[in-house]
Amino acid sequence: MSTREKVWWWVAGVLIILYCLFPIAWIVSLSLKAPSDISNAAFLPTKATWENYTQIFSGSAADLFLPALRNSFGICLIATFVSCILSMFAAYAIARLDFPGKKLILSTALAVAIFPVISIVTPLFNLWRQIGLYDTWLGLIIPYLSLTLPISIWTMSAFFREIPWEMEQAAQVDGATTWQAFRKVIVPLAAPGVFTTAIIAFFIAWNDFAYGISLTSTSRARPVPAALGLFSGASQFEDPTGITAAAAVVVTIPVVVLVLLFQRRIVAGLTNGAVKG
Amino acid sequence: MSQTTLPPVEKTQPVSAPSRRISDRSRAERKLGWMLAGPAFLVMLLVTAYPIVQAVYYSLFNYRLTDPENRSFTGLSNYGVILTDSLWWQAFGVTVLITVITVAVELVLGFALAFVMAKALRSLRPTLRAAILIPYAVITVVSSLAWKFAFDIDTGFVNHWFAWLPGISVDTDWFGGQASSLTVVCLAEIWKTTPFISLLLLAGLAQVPEVLQEAAKVDGATFWQRLWKVTIPNMKAAIMVAVLFRTLDAFRIFDSIFVMTAGANNTETVSFLAYRQTITRVEIGLGSAVSVLLFLSVVIIAFGFIKGFKIDLAQARGE
Repeated sequence: MSTREKVWWWVAGVLIILYCLFPIAWIVSLSLKAPSDISNAAFLPTKATWENYTQIFSGSAADLFLPALRNSFGICLIATFVSCILSMFAAYAIARLDFPGKKLILSTALAVAIFPVISIVTPLFNLWRQIGLYDTWLGLIIPYLSLTLPISIWTMSAFFREIPWEMEQAAQVDGATTWQAFRKVIVPLAAPGVFTTAIIAFFIAWNDFAYGISLTSTSRARPVPAALGLFSGASQFEDPTGITAAAAVVVTIPVVVLVLLFQRRIVAGLTNGAVKG
Repeated sequence: MSQTTLPPVEKTQPVSAPSRRISDRSRAERKLGWMLAGPAFLVMLLVTAYPIVQAVYYSLFNYRLTDPENRSFTGLSNYGVILTDSLWWQAFGVTVLITVITVAVELVLGFALAFVMAKALRSLRPTLRAAILIPYAVITVVSSLAWKFAFDIDTGFVNHWFAWLPGISVDTDWFGGQASSLTVVCLAEIWKTTPFISLLLLAGLAQVPEVLQEAAKVDGATFWQRLWKVTIPNMKAAIMVAVLFRTLDAFRIFDSIFVMTAGANNTETVSFLAYRQTITRVEIGLGSAVSVLLFLSVVIIAFGFIKGFKIDLAQARGE
């Protein structure tokens, strides 16, 4: 490659990085602006301040933000855990066993994945009110499974298909019991796939807005995205922009950390699930 | 291969005993398969099939939550009301417009990003991959807020930066009209979801045989000829899958509309209309009918794609 060409690839690469990070940089910058600075029409604050962060953690917006953060973590972790367990069994069966209906399960997962969330919300809104699941954790965990299960099944069965299952038999021939063979050989091979799937499922649950906004009404179960969408400032005399931006940054940090730590696996999981299934 | 053409060979081994054992074993395997996969399957049906059946049922009633006494069966009249209302067609048009614009731009941009990532210098590749995952990981509400604040007349910097462009001044109100609001909505959507498309396309690019590229190069094909005649035809399946997923996703757009415009200035989409009818106006009957129509639209799009473009998902999966 000539130097000239190299320079162009570098320019293209740097442009992509700027493109990806620019809105994030902006929301971070906005979160560091003091109220007097919010409408300074500039990208950067004249003087960075932690004021907005203090507001959401211990100030006037804490009552709105902290319960939402707790709800989001709790609901998303439980939904991810449940869907991982269920899809682990399903993916094992799909990758390992021969039974009629494999295609049906995979197509159902695909159909559920393309399902418009709002079409599910409408009947659930009424049903949840009748049976008392409206505005509860369980009332969000159940519908979140419709988001996390399909992608978990697809991604995990793609991972599981690549496991050389013969190794299990080889271990048994060498004298291991069935359970030993499974635990010592298959579990370590399957663990990265399960873990990656869990991260992707968590992202999807964390990202939900439609269920969160429609099936909750108080800080009892309302997750962060819904709370952010409704943020209007602790008092009407306060401009909520800086506070909202700070809350947005706090919500973004966990996912960005996960992405940076496990990027290689996440890319493999996303593309395997969608392209190789 | 049909059985009749086979010569009747004398079987040398006793068949009956092992064959029954195999069928026993396969029966056990079937049972185990469904025992393991069954719960996930059941949950998926419960959380989607049940609500949609419920929605179809509710859609046949005149049913308002604040007035449950007067719930009455009205047949298909809700659908009649909606399909003759300009509000539905307005929302439908906006949804189609957003879908077409974002998917078209994302496809081109996503391909460019994938191409750069595939060819970029080895030292830059890990950084690019990490960067491109960030928009994917950021939640839609946060990205919508970021774009909203950037274009906002009070808090934004965009007007200030681009005031030299014709049509933009320091006090351009982006959220004051339909076209400009939708422009910002589309920009935010494109930023957020292009990485996903480009990751899928990157996986597709990796499946194009290098040999074909080399052969075309030897035959003297230019860069564009190779792109159009070798690369793109060979990754057609990946492109189709990416477009299908993104189209379905874009058609359900809800979060960005809620955050950025809340449906003001005729920017309501079908999802937002369904939400507003049910949750805000508690018109369960009408809202359910809108939900069912939204569901049907998505099904029609999916079928149209799979039949019309002959997408073979198995082929896309490299089987």
